[in-house]
Amino acid sequence: MADLLLIVRLAGRRVALPAAEIEGVVELDGITPTPKAAPHVAGLSALRSRVLTVIDGLAALELGRSPAEGLLEAIVVPSGGHTYALLVDSVEDVIETARPPVRIQAPVGAGWDRVAIGMVEAGADLLLLVDPHLLISGPAAQAA
Amino acid sequence: MDDLINDFLAETRDMLQALSGAIVAWETEPGDRARLDEIFRFVHTVKGNCGFFDLPRLQQLSHAAEDVLAEVRSGRRAPDANLVNAVLAVIDRIGELVQALETGESLASEDDEQLIAALSFLPVAPAVDVEAPVPTGEVKKGMRSIRLSVDLLDRMMSGVSDAVLARNELARRLRDTERDLTVEAAFERLSGCIGEIRDAITRTRMQRIDSLFTALPRMVRDLSADLGKQVRLQVDGGDVELDREMIEMIRDPLTHIIRNAIDHGIESAEERAKTSKDAIGYLRVSARQAGNQILIEIADDGRGIDGEALVRKALSAGIISPDKAEKLTQQQRLSLVFAPGLSTAGEVTAISGRGVGMDVVRANIERIGGLVDIDSRRGEGVRLCIRVPLTLTIIPALTVSAGGQVFAIPRSAIEEILRAGAATQLDRIGQSTVVTIRGRRVPLVGLSDLLGVDAPAADSTGNAAASSPSSGGQASSSIILLKPAGGNVYALAVDAVHDHEELVVKPAAPVVMTAGLYAGTTLADDGRPILLLDPSGMANQAGIRFDDQEAENRHAAAAQAQDGPDEKSLLLFRGLDGGLRAVPVPVVERIEDVASETIRFSAGRLRVSVGGHILPLAGCTEPPAGGKLRILRLTDGESELAYGFGEVIDIRSLTLDLKPAPCPGEVAGVALIDGAQVELLDPYWLFAAFADAKPATDSDVPMVCALPTGDSWMDNMLRPLIESLGYRVVAAGEGVAADILITCADDEAETGTAAAEVLRIRSHPDLAGENDNSIYRYDRAALLDALSRGASRAVKKDG
Repeated sequence: MADLLLIVRLAGRRVALPAAEIEGVVELDGITPTPKAAPHVAGLSALRSRVLTVIDGLAALELGRSPAEGLLEAIVVPSGGHTYALLVDSVEDVIETARPPVRIQAPVGAGWDRVAIGMVEAGADLLLLVDPHLLISGPAAQAA
Repeated sequence: MDDLINDFLAETRDMLQALSGAIVAWETEPGDRARLDEIFRFVHTVKGNCGFFDLPRLQQLSHAAEDVLAEVRSGRRAPDANLVNAVLAVIDRIGELVQALETGESLASEDDEQLIAALSFLPVAPAVDVEAPVPTGEVKKGMRSIRLSVDLLDRMMSGVSDAVLARNELARRLRDTERDLTVEAAFERLSGCIGEIRDAITRTRMQRIDSLFTALPRMVRDLSADLGKQVRLQVDGGDVELDREMIEMIRDPLTHIIRNAIDHGIESAEERAKTSKDAIGYLRVSARQAGNQILIEIADDGRGIDGEALVRKALSAGIISPDKAEKLTQQQRLSLVFAPGLSTAGEVTAISGRGVGMDVVRANIERIGGLVDIDSRRGEGVRLCIRVPLTLTIIPALTVSAGGQVFAIPRSAIEEILRAGAATQLDRIGQSTVVTIRGRRVPLVGLSDLLGVDAPAADSTGNAAASSPSSGGQASSSIILLKPAGGNVYALAVDAVHDHEELVVKPAAPVVMTAGLYAGTTLADDGRPILLLDPSGMANQAGIRFDDQEAENRHAAAAQAQDGPDEKSLLLFRGLDGGLRAVPVPVVERIEDVASETIRFSAGRLRVSVGGHILPLAGCTEPPAGGKLRILRLTDGESELAYGFGEVIDIRSLTLDLKPAPCPGEVAGVALIDGAQVELLDPYWLFAAFADAKPATDSDVPMVCALPTGDSWMDNMLRPLIESLGYRVVAAGEGVAADILITCADDEAETGTAAAEVLRIRSHPDLAGENDNSIYRYDRAALLDALSRGASRAVKKDG
C-alpha cells in the first residue's frame, strides 16, 4: 500500500511528513503575536474564517527562531481539535512511497530526535519521517 | 428513532396548520362532507403513527376522535354543535401535546378522559366547552420552523465569515481607487446586508439553556415517583445562552448527574426523617455565565459522598496505590467518583446502574473543553459544578490595545472604563502600582508589562507622547476596572480602548493557553485573529493578592462597618517623634515622599510645596534637617493638609475604646491597639487649625453631607439625590465635618460626626411617635426640602 509523503525543507533539512496528517499548504500573511504562550508558538493567523495557531518549526526543534516577516510558507495540520500552521522553509513535493518507514538506529541530531519517527525512502533519498503532532506539542511537552 | 419522532411531530404540526382552515369551515357547517373527510384523515394518520411510536396519550385521543368521526361519516350520528366542539377540543389537545413533545414540556393528562368522554356522550359536559376555544392554530402560525443540521449552520457561519473578510478586502481596494459615489453606495448596501446575515446566522447557533432545563421537572417527577422519593426541584438561569451544539453535549451528562442525585443522593422520606431533614429532598439546577465560562451547578441535599468508602473501593479495584491513597486530599478523594468502574452505590438500580456513568460524564464534558468539579459533605449533599467554556458562544467584548497589539476583554468582567488623569491617581508602592479612583484603592496591572510587549514606540496612532510624566512613567491612557468572576476588582492599564464588539470566541490551542492569560481566540472584522484575555487569569499571573487589597478597599471597609458599627479602618503609623499614631483611612488621600527643600516656614506656619500646591504641614514643628520627609496627605474633601510622619505600620480595621484627650487638640484620644498605646489623630481639629480657610465668597464650595455607609438604599438611591443637589457626600463617622448628617431613624446610635444639621430618615411611612421629626425615605418632597434648607442655612452661616 502506497503512502503519500509531503517533502518539506525544515531547518535546512529535507524531511518527510505523512501527507494524511496534513490538510494543506498555505502562505501566511501576517501573524498576530501571542505573548507569554509556549516559546515555539509564533502566533496566530487566520485561514479564511478559521484561526490557525502558528508553530515555528525551528523553535519547536529548539534550533532557533524563524523570521516572522512577509509571506511565510506553512503547512496546515489539524491536531487535537485545533488547527495549526507549521512554518517551514519551503514545501517541495508530494511523493508516494511503497515501503513502510524503518526505525532510526542512531541519533539524528539535536532537536530532531524528539520529532523523528522513522526513516522513509523518497525516490533515491532516505529522509527522516517527522511527526507533525510532536512538532506542535513542542519541547516543553516532552519534558513533562 | 429520535429523528423519526421529530419528523412525525413536525409532520403533525404542519398538518394541523393546514387543517386549521378546514376546522373553522367544519365548525360553521358541520354537514360539509369534504371537510369532515379531511379531519378524519388527520386523526386517522395521527392514530396510525402513534401506534408506531409509543405515544399512548396521542393514540387514545386520536382513536376516540376517529371512532366518532367514522360514525358521522357512516351517518349513524349527526354532526351537531356539541359533537363538533368535542372533536375540535380533541384536535386542539393533539396540537398541544405535539407542541409539548417538541419543546419537552409536560402537559397535564387529567382531562384527556373528559375530552374523550365528551365525544361519546351527546349531552356534553360543560367543562369541554370551556376547553374547546383554545386558539392553538394561531399560536402555531407564529412558530414556523424547519430542522437543520448543525453542520449546515457551521458551513453557513464560515461562509458568511468569509464574505465579511471579502467585503473588508473590497473596502480596502475601494479606498485605493478613485471615488465613485454610485459604487460606494452599492458597496454600502452590500456591506450592510452581509452584516445582517452574519448577525442572523450567528444567532441561529445560540439557544437558551432553557431548552435543556424544561425537560428536567418531568424527569425529576418521574424518577422520584419510580423511586418512591419526594424531590423538590429548583431551576435557575434558564436564560443563559449557549451554543446549540454545546447544549446537546451537556444534555446526557446533566441527565446522568440528576439521575444519580435522585437515585443515590437523596434519601427516602423515612431515612431523611431520621437525620432530621425535611422529608422532601431538594435538588437545585442552575446555570450562569461567569466570565469566560458557563457554570451549571447541580446541588442536592442528600446523603453526600463517603470519601473514605471511595478510597477503599478504589484501593480494592486497584485504581490507586495504597501510598498514593494516603496522600489524597478530600477533594481528590471525591474526584475518585469520576474514575472508571467505581461507585459507592451499594446496589445496582435500574435508574443509574452502577459504576458506569460518572467517568463517561467527565469524559463527555472534557471533550468539549469543560470541567466537572465535585464537592460533598457527608450527610449534607453533593454539589457538582460543570464548567463549559464560552467557546463558540458569542460574547460582547471590548477591544483594547497594548504594545501595538489588539486584545479583547469580555465585557461581563468590566466594571468601568476610565481615562488616566484627573479622576485617577497612581501610586507606586515597591514594584506594584495602586490606583485610587474616587477614594477606592485597587491594584493596577499594566497590560503591556503583563504581556511583556513593548509600549508603542512608533505606533500609528502616534499619541503615546501624551502620557503625563507625573504618573510614574505609565504611558497608558486608559484604565479598565475589571471584576473577574469570583475575584476582586483590579485595574488594567491599556494603551487605548477601541470598540465594543460581539465576538464569536473559539478555543485557543493548548500551547497558547499555557500562558494562563487567554480565554480564547476570535476574529476581528478585518480577519485578523485577536486573543481574548481572561480577567481572572491575568489577575493570577500578575500575582495580585486580594487579601491585601481588602483592608485598603473602601467597600471592604464598609462591609466591615456593617459587622460592628463602631469599627473603623485606621492607618497606623509612627510619628516623627516616634509615637504610635492612627488616622482614619478615608481622610488619607495618599502617602508621599517629599524632599526637605520643599518645606518652608512661611506665612506663619510650616508649609510644604507638593505637586504645584502649597499645603500646610502638621505633625512636625520645624523643617526636617535634610533628606526626605514622608507625609500623609489628608483631605476633608475640599482642602488638603500634609502630616509628616516616620513610617507606616499597618492598616487595621478595629473597634476602638477611645480614651478622649482632656482638651481638643491634634490628638483626639488614645486607645490600646495590640497592647500598645496609640494616639488617634483628630482630623476635625487638624483641619480647623491648619487648613487654609476658604474664601467666604466662594459659594461654589459644595456642602458636605455625611451618609452612613453600608446601607444599600442610602448608597444607591439617596446618594445620587443628595449629590444632584450639589452636596459632596462623605461617610458618616469618619471624622469629617459635615454640613448635614443623615441618620437612620431606626438606628439611634450617634455616629460622632460633627454636623450643622441632622436629618433623620425612617424606612416606614408612619411616624413612630408624637415627637418623631424623621422623614419617610420615599417622601421626596420633604427630603428635598430638608436638604435644600440645610444647604441654604450653611451658606448663610458661611457668609
